[in-house]
Amino acid sequence: MQSVLSVAVDALAYGMVLFVISIGLSLTMGLMRVVNLAHGAFAMVGGYLASYAMRDLGLGYVVGLGLAVAGTVVIAAPIERLLYRRIYNAPELIQVLMTIGITFCVIGIANYTFGSTLKTISLPGLLSGPVDLGFRSIAAHKLFAILCGFAVAAALWYLVERTSFGVKLRASVDNTPMAAALGVRTKSVYAASFAVSAGLAAFGGVVGAELLPIEPYYALRYMVTFLVVVAVGGAGSIGGALLACLVLGAVDTAGRYLMPDYGEFFFYLAVILIVCAFPRGLLGRA
Amino acid sequence: MNADHLTGAARPVARPRFSASADWIGLAAVLAAAGAGYLLFPDNLALLTRIIGIIMLVLSLDLVTGFCGVATLGHAALFGAGAYGAGIAAAHFGISDPVAMIAAGSAGGALAGLLSGSVILRGHGLGQLVLSIAIVNLFHEAANKAAGWTGGSDGLTDIAPTPLFGVFAFDLWGHTAYALGVALLLIVLFLLQRLARSPFGMLCRGIRQDPIRVAAMGAPVSKTLLAMYVVSGLVAGVGGGLNAISTQVVGLDSVSFTLSASALVMLVLGGTGSLYGAIVGTVVFMLFEDFVSAANPFHWLTIVGALLVLVVLFAPRGIFGTSVRLLERSRRR
Repeated sequence: MQSVLSVAVDALAYGMVLFVISIGLSLTMGLMRVVNLAHGAFAMVGGYLASYAMRDLGLGYVVGLGLAVAGTVVIAAPIERLLYRRIYNAPELIQVLMTIGITFCVIGIANYTFGSTLKTISLPGLLSGPVDLGFRSIAAHKLFAILCGFAVAAALWYLVERTSFGVKLRASVDNTPMAAALGVRTKSVYAASFAVSAGLAAFGGVVGAELLPIEPYYALRYMVTFLVVVAVGGAGSIGGALLACLVLGAVDTAGRYLMPDYGEFFFYLAVILIVCAFPRGLLGRA
Repeated sequence: MNADHLTGAARPVARPRFSASADWIGLAAVLAAAGAGYLLFPDNLALLTRIIGIIMLVLSLDLVTGFCGVATLGHAALFGAGAYGAGIAAAHFGISDPVAMIAAGSAGGALAGLLSGSVILRGHGLGQLVLSIAIVNLFHEAANKAAGWTGGSDGLTDIAPTPLFGVFAFDLWGHTAYALGVALLLIVLFLLQRLARSPFGMLCRGIRQDPIRVAAMGAPVSKTLLAMYVVSGLVAGVGGGLNAISTQVVGLDSVSFTLSASALVMLVLGGTGSLYGAIVGTVVFMLFEDFVSAANPFHWLTIVGALLVLVVLFAPRGIFGTSVRLLERSRRR
């Protein structure tokens, strides 16, 4: 029982980090139908910026986090305008190639600029100790990641379901030409949601840096994981992404604890089974 | 009878201009390029042989992506299965005749093609892409785990091919391996040229353009695609087998996501849907990689990334497709 709870807490933390990073990908994929393999690159840019701000500029954790998110949005916005906008209606192969190309460029440039070492993001005192939960103590940064995950889910739910931007967003997702005909500036909606998506990726990259370490090939290493979350959860669905992250986090963490020798074998087996059984994802729309 | 029906169905969809003489010119050009490679890089035949092996992988990827329109990021599973097939045959069963090893490699590739095709073809769009990635990672983990058979992360060694036809020993400079590779490439290319213009090949092109219409005309879409996957596995397996023979070691990198993604990049660089595009793309990519990444791997990544973006934006037909088009345009004037 004790060990089940321990695995569950770790799985939840891992799943929540995945959620914060991939939810932006899920939204843009549902909205703009772009298979964006460069999403992990934005998380990596966030991590690099945060590490630079904290280690080299000596800024605090919160300021570094804010700078990372803002910086990533500033970098991502022109990329959306110049490159992504041209492939919104292109076949998948084109989208895959363009976004892999962007990923390669980001990796190459980031490592040329900041050096190709593991980037550490030092935690503030509040987050670096353990927290006693009664049945076990858990690292505070994991608890923080879990809370961030729920906060992001709640904020996104509010944004999509309760604000006028959310109404425009949902209208554009359902039927872009009709939304445009009714006066929604769909291009601005696209650009804004892309910015939100990149910002969330950066946020998740920094918050989850303890679980998914920021290293030179981060964008390639976790690209697959983020895509898998969206495919399993169903593109464009917040609930689906949350469910997928919890399921995949549980499978991955349980696999690591119970059968460490088998690496990610069971993770990918689960992915194949789920995608074959639910071709549109767990909660995806037809 | 069935074949007649298929030809009739596929002909109006797309009829690329084929001529037998163009095929022979293509084969001669490949042979000439192979000869030029031998003269230009006599000390680096191992690299050239590796390029030929990867060309087979990219050709095989072209069969499913360029001809059938299946976007996959997991094609190295087929190549790796071929390499391990040949390697395991030599290391564990004592089958060290190179021709038999190539046969074992292509059998392994075909089996992997059947397996991964039957999984990947179940998905569409993003699902298909993720399935293909999951398959290659599954193969990777399986190869890593079955260390008794595959050598795990140390790689499979003890591969000592006997002389080719009992006469030509595999020398230190790789002359025999290179000659074997060129011969295999010519044979594979010759057969694929036939395949591309066969009713089966035309049917695959038809499916890429409009699967629903082809299905409505009564042709079996999923069976055809699966058959093409098996053919693709045969080709990739030959490449993997060749690689196992020439390097005498099989590593986990031959079933990696990275190799799959690079193969796709090479294919698109050269141009999808034409066999020569796959060859041109692979040669250009691998030669450049050899020069640039020796200096700094991150510069290489930046250049490849920028090149990809540029190709997608300005030359979606790839190097080969675009130059053919420019040539035709200038000829028309």
